[in-house]
Amino acid sequence: MIRRKRPVAGACALLAALTAGLAFPAGAAAGEPTGQDAPKVNLVLDVSGSMRAKDIDGQSRMAAAKQAFNEVLDATPEEVELGIRTLGANYPGDDRKEGCKDTAQLYPVGPLDRTEAKTAVATLAPTGWTPIGPALLKAADDLEGGDGSKRIVLISDGEDTCAPLDPCEVAREIAARGIGLTIDTLGLVPNAKLSRQLSCIAEATGGTYTSVEHQDELTDRVNELVDRAAEPVVTPVATEGAGSCAKAPTLESGLYTDREEFGQQRWYRVELLAGQELRASVSVAADRAVRPDYGVLLRAVTVHDREIVRGEATGNGRTDALSTGLRYPKPERDDDDSDKPAAEVVCLAVTNSFSADSGVKTTPGLPLELTVDVVDGPDGADDVASFGLGRGWWLLGALILTGFLAGLVWGWLSRWRVAVWRTN
Amino acid sequence: MRAVRVLSAALLTLGLAAAPAAADSSPSPGASDDDGAPTRAGTSFRTATEVEQGQTATARASTGDYLYWSFPADAGQRPTVRATVKLPESHAAETWQIDVYDGLRRRQACQYGAQTRTAGTDTPSVELECVLRTVRAWSEPWANDPLPGTYYVRLTALRLSTADLGQPVNAELRVGSKDMGGAAAVDGALSEPLVPGIATRDGSEEEDDDPAVLAGLEPEDGWTSGWWSDRWTWTAAGGVLAALAGVAGYRLTRGSGRPPGVPPTA
Repeated sequence: MIRRKRPVAGACALLAALTAGLAFPAGAAAGEPTGQDAPKVNLVLDVSGSMRAKDIDGQSRMAAAKQAFNEVLDATPEEVELGIRTLGANYPGDDRKEGCKDTAQLYPVGPLDRTEAKTAVATLAPTGWTPIGPALLKAADDLEGGDGSKRIVLISDGEDTCAPLDPCEVAREIAARGIGLTIDTLGLVPNAKLSRQLSCIAEATGGTYTSVEHQDELTDRVNELVDRAAEPVVTPVATEGAGSCAKAPTLESGLYTDREEFGQQRWYRVELLAGQELRASVSVAADRAVRPDYGVLLRAVTVHDREIVRGEATGNGRTDALSTGLRYPKPERDDDDSDKPAAEVVCLAVTNSFSADSGVKTTPGLPLELTVDVVDGPDGADDVASFGLGRGWWLLGALILTGFLAGLVWGWLSRWRVAVWRTN
Repeated sequence: MRAVRVLSAALLTLGLAAAPAAADSSPSPGASDDDGAPTRAGTSFRTATEVEQGQTATARASTGDYLYWSFPADAGQRPTVRATVKLPESHAAETWQIDVYDGLRRRQACQYGAQTRTAGTDTPSVELECVLRTVRAWSEPWANDPLPGTYYVRLTALRLSTADLGQPVNAELRVGSKDMGGAAAVDGALSEPLVPGIATRDGSEEEDDDPAVLAGLEPEDGWTSGWWSDRWTWTAAGGVLAALAGVAGYRLTRGSGRPPGVPPTA
């Protein structure tokens, strides 16, 4: 009834493909997942003046970054389309306005020519400002198009110098474009302020933040992030829930994303036949600073507003997401009432009780991920317990006692019958 | 089966001792090393790294990351999730926690085990454990009972100081389970295990390409169809014993020889 899969074999094949890609970069065929575009990675490197500081294993931050980039370029899987963008590389002056526009595409996102990319990296020299926000916006534009996974890896050694544009909010805006983009950040010898800013950028898009003090850490981490981009993942479909069930979009089995503002309600519809089971789960991500107590409620409601079942979750403290789910098996119809509609519309309502301090932007809404699976309903009870089977010493005792008593009664009965027969 | 599991666990542990060195020298830590154990963790439910029971998954991560793994658990099993986090040499006090979610992303309670632990200043590592409830074959839709299917593990630092953000840590995750046998049998079964995305998979088995799935792993013997348990043995043994007791009872009424008053010629 349930099929066997061979994911391990698949993973091995993928690994083999990757290894082959690493060992023979020129000749190996790209083992990219079919039906999806190539994964894209944009490395965004800070080339501001502070990169001159010599505090990474005795060499300058710039030198460490260059060396790391060379190694990463060598190890990049064949199927990944890699680009490099710089920030603060060209304008050495003091004019803040000019300095904050200083971001340039060093190597365009596309099939990788390792030699060319390395030559481009070699030309870099620490120069200007640190316009992280504008660079991220441009980097996201570089990655437009295609439905493969997209990743920005931001490497910086200083916080953004181009206020009031908050890079954190920029990151959130980019994530809200719904192009499935993740930003991972790396801080070179970071101070507390930089750590906070970079981890805020990462959390806004579901990425990771790493602080780097050594050159090999930098290489390993960037390599890992590039490899991660090459892993096939399910791309969710963007949808937009409505404010009421009547206007809600009808969803089929699949993975969906949406945005939900604080205190907002999102409705979706799912059609369910008799004898089918609806499974839905939802997670609402906290991509900004939220107050420490929060909750998520997912309800399955009939069109007549009767609640069928609900899933609820509450939480407290630091979190990336809060999730809950529900299942609703619709019973088989026993009456053959043909004038009833075949499929029942189940309305799914998602609400959240996240809240934020004043000053935290409430738009775009929190990222919401919804999975819908419509499967066959539970079979009739075919479980061992329902066959009337039991277990345990009491059962054995009871059976033995019953058997013994039955034997006794049978024995007496036959004795009595023999006696009656004898007397007659 | 148990012996095989123990043996493979021992082999994995041996392999693990050699793994860090290998991982350092290779330019890219792949999704899995030679023995198939993952060396990476996902960052969300969608990207969770799949781990089989008995495997030791490792991951290099940063303090503040949310690490996700998923594993399959079948009816009658009582899974135990153990995680070890090796912290950097110097750090402030940090609180780490593992959370387990079922295939519907509902949080599952831990019966025993230190699910949350605070590592004091400069403690080298922190160990977490969560023993789940026994996985049932079926439950009411309104209940939160663990059901066969995919389970997600999330490992993260709940409380940490800003200075520790992004510091490198090494995480290790191991999932085992105890077989609870027929004691956990219930009256019913799901048609499909609670595996996310199971409805969108097409039936064709022969496809060469491996499309991305939310969760693809199954228990090593496949999902149980739910008809076998030790209840058959108990019930059959009970039947045999009852029959023997019946014969004994019958013999008792007959005495050792002929009934009294019956002549030998009868």
